[in-house]
Formats: sequence, C-alpha cells, structure tokens
Amino acid sequence: MTDLPAEIDVVIVGAGPAGLAAATVIAQGGGCRVVVLDREGQAGGVPRHCSHSPYGLREFRRLMTGPSYAKTLVEKAKSAGVVIHTGVNVTRLLPGPTIEVTSDAGPATIRARAVLLATGARETTRAERLIGGTKPQGVLSTGALQLLLETGQKPFHRPVILGTELVAFSALLSCRLAGIKPVAMIEPSDTVTARWPTGLFPRLQGTPLLKNTQISQIDGQAHVTGVQLSTGRTLQTDGLIVSGRFQPDAPLLARSPIRADPDTGGPEIDQFGRCSEAGYFAAGNLLRAVETAGWSWSEGRAIGAAIHAYLNDGLPADPGQRIRRSGPISALVPQRIAPGPALGLSSLQLRVGTALTGRLSLLSDGSVIAGKTLRSRPERRILLPLPQAGTGPEVRLEPRGSR
Amino acid sequence: MPHSAPSPDRYDIAIIGAGVVGCALARSFAMAGARVVVLEKAHDILDGASKGNSAILHTGFDAPTGSLEAACVAAGHAEYLEIRERLGLPLLTSGALVIAWSDEEEAALPGLMEQARSNGVTDIEYLDGPALREAEPGLGAEARAAFRVPREYLIDPWSAPLAYLTQAIAHGADVRRRCEVTGGAFNGTDWTLKTSQGPVRTSSVINAAGLYGDRIDDLLLGRTDFTIKPRKGQFIVYDKPAFDLARHILLPVPTKVTKGIVVCRTIWGNLLVGPTAEEQNSRTDAGLHQPTLEALKARGQEILPALAHHKVTALYAGLRPATEEKHYRISKHPENMITVGGIRSTGLSAALGIAQHVRKLWEDERAPDWIAPEPVWPSVPNIAETAPRDWQSPGHGGVLCHCEMVTEREIRAALNGPLPAQSLAGLKRRTRVTMGRCQGYYCAGALARLTKGKLSQPMTADD
Repeated sequence: MTDLPAEIDVVIVGAGPAGLAAATVIAQGGGCRVVVLDREGQAGGVPRHCSHSPYGLREFRRLMTGPSYAKTLVEKAKSAGVVIHTGVNVTRLLPGPTIEVTSDAGPATIRARAVLLATGARETTRAERLIGGTKPQGVLSTGALQLLLETGQKPFHRPVILGTELVAFSALLSCRLAGIKPVAMIEPSDTVTARWPTGLFPRLQGTPLLKNTQISQIDGQAHVTGVQLSTGRTLQTDGLIVSGRFQPDAPLLARSPIRADPDTGGPEIDQFGRCSEAGYFAAGNLLRAVETAGWSWSEGRAIGAAIHAYLNDGLPADPGQRIRRSGPISALVPQRIAPGPALGLSSLQLRVGTALTGRLSLLSDGSVIAGKTLRSRPERRILLPLPQAGTGPEVRLEPRGSR
Repeated sequence: MPHSAPSPDRYDIAIIGAGVVGCALARSFAMAGARVVVLEKAHDILDGASKGNSAILHTGFDAPTGSLEAACVAAGHAEYLEIRERLGLPLLTSGALVIAWSDEEEAALPGLMEQARSNGVTDIEYLDGPALREAEPGLGAEARAAFRVPREYLIDPWSAPLAYLTQAIAHGADVRRRCEVTGGAFNGTDWTLKTSQGPVRTSSVINAAGLYGDRIDDLLLGRTDFTIKPRKGQFIVYDKPAFDLARHILLPVPTKVTKGIVVCRTIWGNLLVGPTAEEQNSRTDAGLHQPTLEALKARGQEILPALAHHKVTALYAGLRPATEEKHYRISKHPENMITVGGIRSTGLSAALGIAQHVRKLWEDERAPDWIAPEPVWPSVPNIAETAPRDWQSPGHGGVLCHCEMVTEREIRAALNGPLPAQSLAGLKRRTRVTMGRCQGYYCAGALARLTKGKLSQPMTADD
C-alpha cells in the first residue's frame, strides 16, 4: 500500500458500488488524481458479503454473485487509475474540504478539492426498535450474519428472520447456501414489503411467512432459545435476524459543517450531489437508504460526472431552491435544485412512511407538470422527473385513504 | 510476576463474587499483604449486578444521614479521586442537578439540600428557573428549579473494577472464574470451600456475592439475616451526537424507593436515560420490556425534548441486589466470615469505601501478620472519550469496531494479560466492541475471527 496523500484532487469515502463507480468516472474523465478510502480491510462494500445472485445486470449485462461483482468494480476503478486505500477510517470532516483519518499508520489529515461521501447504509438494530427480552448472543442484522458466513462461521442453525424487505430474502438465501434453515419470516404489517421476488419464491417454501406479527420478546440467557410473538405464540429458535429498515450510515455528519436532512438522516444535496459545505458531495445509500447495488452504482456514475465537471469547468455557486412538498412524503432526494448543466441525478426520489394510495404531482411555478397515481409501501422507490431550477418546484401527495 | 506464582495451600481471604465490591475488596486486602483468592461463578468478572448501572460517582448527598452507606459512598468517592490517575481511570466532571418538575418537588428541594449539607456535601447551590435554564438550556419547559451538586461525576463502571482487580493480581491475588462455591465447612480456624474447581482452603471468607448474597450466607453459615429482592433497572443509551444535549447529570427528586430516572452523559460519549425500578423475584432475568422502554423514552424526551431527534444505540437492564431494608447489610460472623450484602444502587461509588470499612472490621478482630508489599500501580487501557484513544496512535492494527472506534490492538490486549476476557460480554466491557450504533453490523465477522478459540463462551454456534 502506498502512503496516504496529504493533498489530492478527489477523496472518495467508501469503496462500495457508489464510491467506486464515481471514482472510475472521475478518473476516466482525466486530469484528476482520485483516492478511495475504505475502513474495511477489502474494497467492494456490502456486495462482497452477498454470496448470491443477481448482481451486475444493469452495470455489466451479466448475472453475477455479490463477491464477483464487487471484484469487478474494484478492478474497473484500479484500471482507470484510482488508488484505493483500505483500513482507513475517516474520523472528521472539516471545511476545506479537509478530512481527518486514522489507520495503522496513525492519524493523518488530507486536503482535497472535492470529497465524495459514499458511506452507505446499515440496518436498524434491535435496540433502536426497542425489542424486549434478554440480550443473548445470536441476535444479528443481515449485515453481521453475512460477514460471519463469509468466513465460514455459523452463528445459529435455525433462526427467525424479522422483516420482508429485499434484504430479508438475501438473508434467507445466505442462510440456505450455508446450510442454515430459518424457521420463520416475521412481518409486522399485512403484506410483504419487497416487490415479490417471484424467482425466489420456491426457495421460500419450508420457511413459513407470518404476517401481522411482531416480536414481543427475545428469550435465552447465553444464546437465543426462542422468540415470543405478538400473537401469543412462542417460536423455538436459536437466533434472530433483525433485517432491513436501512438508514444512512452518517455519524460523520454529526459534528461536521455539513447539513443533514432530518427526513433521510443523510446529507442534504442538490441534483449534483453537492452538500451544504463547499467541496463536499454525497452519493449512494448514504442519501436515503436503501437501494440496490445497481442503483447506487448508476447514482455514483452520475454524481461522479458532476464532480468531474465541478473540478474542470466549475459548477454555478448558486445553491438553488429547496423543493417544497406537501402530503405524507417521508423523504425526498435531492432536496434542492440548483442551476447548472444537465448533470448529476436525473430524477427525484421519494419515499412514503406508510402504505398508501394517492395522487402524486410535481408542480412548477404553481402548475402541475407531471403526475401519477401512486400505490406504494414504505421502503419502496418512487420516482418523478427532475424539475427545472428556479421554478419554485413542489411535490404534492394527496392520499386517497390508506390501505 | 506474582500472579503466575503457584496457588498457596491456604489463602488468608477468599472473596466470593467478582462484582465491583469484590474487586475493591480484593485490591484492599491484597495491597495489605493478604493472600487473596476471588471466586466468581460466571465466565468473567462484573457479570451480575455490576454489569448494568448508571456509571455515576455519587457524593452521597442523598444517602440516609449518618448511615454506613453515606460513609462508604463519601470514602469511596474520595479514594477514587485519589487513585484514579495512577490506575489510568477516567473522570467526567459533570456535576449533577437535582431538578424539581412540579410544585411538590420544588417544595422538597430545601429539605434535600439540608440533607446534603448534613451528609457533608456542602458545596451545593440553589438554581431558580432562569439560572436552571442558563445551566441546562435543553431542559423541558416543566423544569421549575434545581440545586447543583458539583462533585457528582461520571466514571467508567467496568474499567474501574477491572483496575481494582488488576491491581489486586499485581499484589499476588488469584482470580478464579467459572468457579462456583457449592458449599463449605469451617473447622474453628479455617474454611474449606467446595467449589466447581475443587476445594479452596482459606482462613477467612468474605461474601460479596451480590444477587446471591443471602444464598451464600445460607450455604456456608446455615443462616442469613436478609433476603435479596432484586430490583431491575432498564436503560436506553443514545448515540454520540446526543452527548451534547446535557452538561450535568440530570437527577429527579428522589422517592423513598429509588433515585428515579436519570439523564446523563457517559464517559464513552453517549447519553443515557434510566433506570426504572422494578421489583422482581428472579435473580437472572434482566429482560427488557418494550412498553417500559417506550415510557422511558417518552420520559427522556420530557426532560430533554431534543432527544426526539436522536437515535437509540443500545438497551440494557441491570439488577440491583436490594433487600427488604434500604441500608447496606454488612455483618461479621464468628465463623471468620464477613457478609457484604444489600449493596443496592451505590455499589460503584461506595466500593472502595466499603473495602476500607470491611478491612477495618476484619482488623478490629485480630492484628494481621501480613507484610504489605511495595504498592504497584498497573494502568488499565483507556476507552473513555475524556483522554486520547488507542486509534489516535500508530500501530493499532486498524479500527475493528467503527462505531466505538475500537482497534485490533485493543482487542488483542483485552484477550491477553493478567485477566483476559473470557466471554464476548467481558470483551465488550473491556473494549466497548460491538456496543455502538450498529451493534455488530460491520464488525461481527472480524471479531468472531479474532476471538476464535479465545473465549470460554464462544460467539458462534460451531465452536
């Protein structure tokens, strides 16, 4: 490994799909030295731990497993001239942009012309959900489970999976591949959250899905022995996978000059991925948690192109306007629209907090320029075209009663 | 090294229980020159009542005036301040505010201030509404008035007892974990304790068995003068950005039963809310209860409204070894045995003071022929945010737990040395690994690899 630079054109924090895609685009554009920092021992991000398909269809038009997809992303970045440093933790974000880091070599400071934050997302823990009961070993997120399985370690044999987002099915597949047999999937609401992965459905056979069910208590002293359900039933099990409800992994924002968006928990950005502090950009699941690797990858490319333009031709300093909104919209990305070239994100991403039906409209200077009927659930992507800068953009959601 | 010396045929003092009180006792007697053995039935130390508390170093301002508890808390507070730097122990000099939230509570403040002065805590100060807002701008609108107790501090509830026991080991003490006392006989001079690791001969026994104090008395003496009535306390820990929401330890006006729900920072840079006070029969059930946690969260948000925008990092519950009476149950028995029971909620603050008191009790009986060795001061690793952390110096091998910034070097150190971690819980208490906001999402794999074969209670089902 080469030494960390004291000064560089671009630092990218996070070597997952978004960070590597952006790094590759910026380096391919030429004229910039790009380093990617990752706190893990290996670059590639979350896909490294998902030993199953499907990955890579959008990016490489091939069906790949997570690890081979991650490896491909790393190779592409390296061959574009990107330097990747692993085992480096960013500890502080300062104006400049200047970042403080630590690695085995000790603390260091890096001054850059642009910094892209692509630190991804993590699942909501048992603690944050205030799930009751004891605190035995064997209660894990999907992320922790896959990290353990990757090194051939089985934390349990017959776990219960909480949640039915896409990641819950990833947990199920990872378990099956490792010879672990989940005893049930638990969903608090009346429907599965993920768009039904029909291709995976047969594999679900043998793992019953319990809807309208919550976990009221975890039992066991040293290890999990069971979970008590809100229905009064107790499941005998030796583990609990607390899956999904991803949130941006954004603790670096807390004591930084960068403004966080209270709705997403990630940084507030414009369509170029620009944060409130000059020189800082953000992309990928840090923005809104959570999308697929392929989505984050294309977002990284789009924002990477904007960063390249920022460094070479400059972007207008005008921070633009906040997009106004009304109705039960729980999150909006980007939060601002700034004047400038047609670069960066090409659509507005929305989320709702509860399952609902309604009319979604995009307004410009008070008149509707786009709209659609919405039937959505939490954790699902909703898209609208990106409004023009300077037109007083507004997104309006009028529900027709929740279902 | 003294701790690698062969075990003696006969110890001077056997201490049953390696909670904070047992650790402080071991330190005190070992430094006096006694041959000490600590017998702990769990995989690691601090596995009972001492594993979950609010980490406050109390002054004893609200203890019953003239009580043994008040004396031990005051002495423990003083000795902690005296020795902490030599042992590498942290201190967050926050001070506390006792806050009145209603007319009745406001009317109770003068009496509490009088009690504090009677207990020798004279440096207190009354704050009216405006002064209170200035001292703690984040408080909820219902806060009326308060008084400040400047010397209520925050410490590390696990590093402190670990340091006490490490110092005891440096003075020749033996520590046996997974060693349960199952019986014993006193022959008029000596005890032979039956344990899960074979017989242990000792001149004296000190019962510091916490939640099992009454059971140990009954087992060894065939009698007990108290009954443990465990009182559970549930806590919510908020993520590091919430650390900035309060400067003081925010105490309520106490009731007869409990000090009430506290909001305070932690030495690790978090903010915690708790504890509840729930009487129960079980000595092992430290279970969390979702509706109670919801209520605790709501109460926390009344005290500090901005908490509504902060994330929960962790939940825990502790069991206090309360008895049918409020006061400490420390007694000397004719069979060369001292019971240190009923150390309910002030154990962390009082432990060093209790050790002084018990030493004196023991020495009142007979002049020991021990020769105190030259004192040594082994330092424990710092994991508090009040001093530089390991990740801030080179050669740490990389950060393994990114939320709590725990390095590989810190993990390796905790798995080695005179008192290596033997369970994941023990490793967490020594290093804080996996105790942050992600609760192991990122580091579980690397941690399992690093600890493989090192823990008597392994992380994975296959070990």
